[in-house]
Amino acid sequence: MLNSLLSIITFIPLLGAVILALFLRGDDEAAQRNAKWLALIATTATFLVSIFLYTGFDPANTGFQFVEEREWILGFQYKMGVDGISILFVLLTTFLMPLVIASCWDVKHRVKDYMIAFLLLETLMIGVFCALDLILFYVFFEAGLIPMFLIIGIWGGANRIYASFKFFLYTLLGSVLMLIAMIAMYVDAGTTDIPTLLTHNFASESFELLGIQIVGGMQTLMWLAFFASFAVKMPMWPVHTWLPDAHVQAPTAGSVVLAAILLKMGGYGFLRFSLPMFPVGSEVLGTFVLWISAIAIVYTSLVALAQSDMKKLIAYSSVAHMGYVTMGIFAVNQQGIDGAIFQMISHGFISGALFLCVGVIYDRMHTREIDAYGGLVNKMPAYALIFMLFTMANVGLPGTSGFIGEFLVLMGVFQVNTWVAMIATTGVILSAAYALWLYRRVVMGDLIKESLKSISDMTTRERAIFAPLVVMTLLLGVYPSLVTDIIGPSVGALITNYDTAVLDSGIATAVAEN
Amino acid sequence: MIQADLNVVLPEVILAVYAMIALLAAVYTTKDKAAPIVLWVTAGVFVLLAGVIGFGGSGETTAFGGAFVDDAFSRFAKVAILLSAAAILVLSQDFMTRHGLFRFEYPLLVALSVVGMMMMVSAGDLMALYMGLELQSLSLYVVAALRRDSVKSTEAGLKYFVLGALSSGMLLYGCSLVYGYAGTTLFSGITAAAEGGIGLGLLFGLVFVVAGMAFKVSAAPFHMWTPDVYEGSPTPITAFFATAPKVAAMGLFARVVHDAFGGAVSDWSQIVAFLSVVSMFLGAVAAIGQRDIKRLMAYSSIAHMGFALMGLAAGTAEGVQAMLVYMSIYVVMNVGTFAFILSMEKDGQPVTDIDALQNYSKHQPGRALAMLVLMFSLAGIPPMVGFFGKYYVLQAAVDAGLAWLAVAGVIASVIGAYYYLRIVYYMYFGEDREAMDSAMPPVGWALLMGSAAIMVLGVVNLFGIEAPALAAAQALVN
Repeated sequence: MLNSLLSIITFIPLLGAVILALFLRGDDEAAQRNAKWLALIATTATFLVSIFLYTGFDPANTGFQFVEEREWILGFQYKMGVDGISILFVLLTTFLMPLVIASCWDVKHRVKDYMIAFLLLETLMIGVFCALDLILFYVFFEAGLIPMFLIIGIWGGANRIYASFKFFLYTLLGSVLMLIAMIAMYVDAGTTDIPTLLTHNFASESFELLGIQIVGGMQTLMWLAFFASFAVKMPMWPVHTWLPDAHVQAPTAGSVVLAAILLKMGGYGFLRFSLPMFPVGSEVLGTFVLWISAIAIVYTSLVALAQSDMKKLIAYSSVAHMGYVTMGIFAVNQQGIDGAIFQMISHGFISGALFLCVGVIYDRMHTREIDAYGGLVNKMPAYALIFMLFTMANVGLPGTSGFIGEFLVLMGVFQVNTWVAMIATTGVILSAAYALWLYRRVVMGDLIKESLKSISDMTTRERAIFAPLVVMTLLLGVYPSLVTDIIGPSVGALITNYDTAVLDSGIATAVAEN
Repeated sequence: MIQADLNVVLPEVILAVYAMIALLAAVYTTKDKAAPIVLWVTAGVFVLLAGVIGFGGSGETTAFGGAFVDDAFSRFAKVAILLSAAAILVLSQDFMTRHGLFRFEYPLLVALSVVGMMMMVSAGDLMALYMGLELQSLSLYVVAALRRDSVKSTEAGLKYFVLGALSSGMLLYGCSLVYGYAGTTLFSGITAAAEGGIGLGLLFGLVFVVAGMAFKVSAAPFHMWTPDVYEGSPTPITAFFATAPKVAAMGLFARVVHDAFGGAVSDWSQIVAFLSVVSMFLGAVAAIGQRDIKRLMAYSSIAHMGFALMGLAAGTAEGVQAMLVYMSIYVVMNVGTFAFILSMEKDGQPVTDIDALQNYSKHQPGRALAMLVLMFSLAGIPPMVGFFGKYYVLQAAVDAGLAWLAVAGVIASVIGAYYYLRIVYYMYFGEDREAMDSAMPPVGWALLMGSAAIMVLGVVNLFGIEAPALAAAQALVN
């Protein structure tokens, strides 16, 4: 069974979706309940099976583990496997999905379809992190757009049509350029096998194209094509504009998946493709990424300060936090990349929880306007406590997981580029400003608004959803080696290979001369 | 000698003789009452011949001094043509009956045009090419105007005829130039004449021939007839136009450029690449404003022809293989989509405004889901099979050094994704509207669901279509 563990984990949700689609009829109360329970069972089963992945994983081995390989069409392979970089993303996905399903227990509109969409999405997300074939990766990566498009479009807010189209077309445009680069890689290397491509040296001789000198040659062009896709997915400033729209219009569960997992695909892509496959391209453009990340952190934090919609505020804060991730990745040292991965995992819990926090009061008051709230602590003490914990984690308070990620990233970047690190550090202050201000306006003060007088505190179901997230945030905050021990060796190997490749190409001198 | 020749063209002969006998028999007996029988028998003959050609043929044989070629390429194209024509025939019965259009001539005209198409993909000589093309076109002109008392249908037929005649003229002019400079109409002779550099006269001829064929595949900038003809013709006829003739014209295109001008790839590759990029962008951009689903499908087919031409522009066996796979997938998607469009009716009258699809998924979840799959497949989103068709041609283009064309193609496909998404949006996110008629003939339902299932399940192994397509491509490109 261990031989095909990854396939089992990937396709249990799909199986659940097929069962739901084929065998569950009707749309009455009972059918809706069955659909929800079935989806919860499927996602929980996936999580339980994925625990075997954790226990069977050997962190000292920097190669791919649990590898499966089968022939597929067009000379591609169906090849799955995880290494220290991807395993945690798989676990993050399987861990969060049962909570996501539980969080939409009160949905009344087309429940069965909703559950099917989330189950399909889970299969595709896990597939992205496990795929070891370029095209297989692309299929999972792109196919995820379909369920998300439907989730935003069918169950979203008032302006959902615009948001869903923008989300779909924006990300599709980014991805198709990556597809061309993938084809070029296949033509060049003769294979789509990712482990083989990781050791393949793509041409990096500079040449002239349309009168422009391309330093780093093919590698730079392919790097840019991949960057177009991952930067949109991340999302990085200035191509982040789809995210606030999508977040605001998506239903709560959709926002949670989007922020907690889908955004991580971009960061994962940088680590899996851009750095190891195009080291020269990364070296040429790395500084550029560091600078736009720094701009993103400051700019989007300032934008977050000006928001009046809670979800939009958290969405901009997500963009800012993703800025730390790209910054850490392109610092290319152990602290930077460790910190970036740590930040992604921790942001998965924290941003997911924050969107759930918004969902809790949105379900009661049906508005996301900050001005509509105030003084909730008087009526909702438990909610106030949980919201405070995640606000603090978002700020990066020591003791929570948010601190470790940001600190490691800043430390890594400081060694590479002091100025960028300095500018990015102001982002920490700004994030404290908007997060605490949001918290003060929503939770603190006297409860004077008439409409809030009858608001009730969190139910047992809601508390149960938050409990695992609280545990994880605090656990990772005080015991970070839980994560760093797993990713450390793989990241170390990645950096060693990267440095060797950059040194061999002699690109450092070429960049210096320009 | 003649015995051997006839053996090679036996499938075409059988079909032609069948069509004429059936025509006579029906005229002298029950006329239109025989229409359903004629239709099913014709479809049966199609499927039978497809089986015979697909499983029976082997190797490469020529007949009539090289004017007719039977090779893996022509067999692949013929099977695709016959099967799609059969599917469209059985699909159209219900619609034709209910709208009083069901004449026994209809299936027989389709059969005759299929004879022409089979001739086209097997042509080894400019004369054979022209004969096949005209037999096909003349039958299609008539069926386009099948609804005699409708202005739009007559207009469609007339427009198609006038513009079709113009393009035939261009093609013929090109043929005469080629003949003048090569001294022969045989493809093998033209190849020999073009050896060591294609002369200016031959090049001129080539350009005119390509322009004529571009008209037949409705590639921009020779596409003007397509939206009007698609809109005006009765829907089953539109479905037919979108499938079998496109495969035949694409097959003919590949046959001419590779068999006759195989030595001058660099000359025609630029022209084809130009046609391809213009078609993809025009198809993508012009469809955005369409509200009529048939016109929308017309622009969609223009864009898809652009993609198929991209495979051809590569000028390699890989490119032809990609084109064949692409066309096969395209045909399956279109059969399913038109099965759906045929079911769009309100109070017994066909509706083509996409606005009528508002909230369709609430009334007909199954069909809406199938249509959703088809739309994403047409847009080329994985894991639907439509993506792999696009991937195939893109790879062929990049491999042949046409990376710019591939980049243009994917950008056009993103623009095009918008209008496919819009149909999904109407069906799933739309407002509540009065439901359309829920009736759908079982044949249409089966074809819709079947093609949607193929689009999803094909991700496993593309139903093994790669190997025959490769054999076909290698037979054509030496």
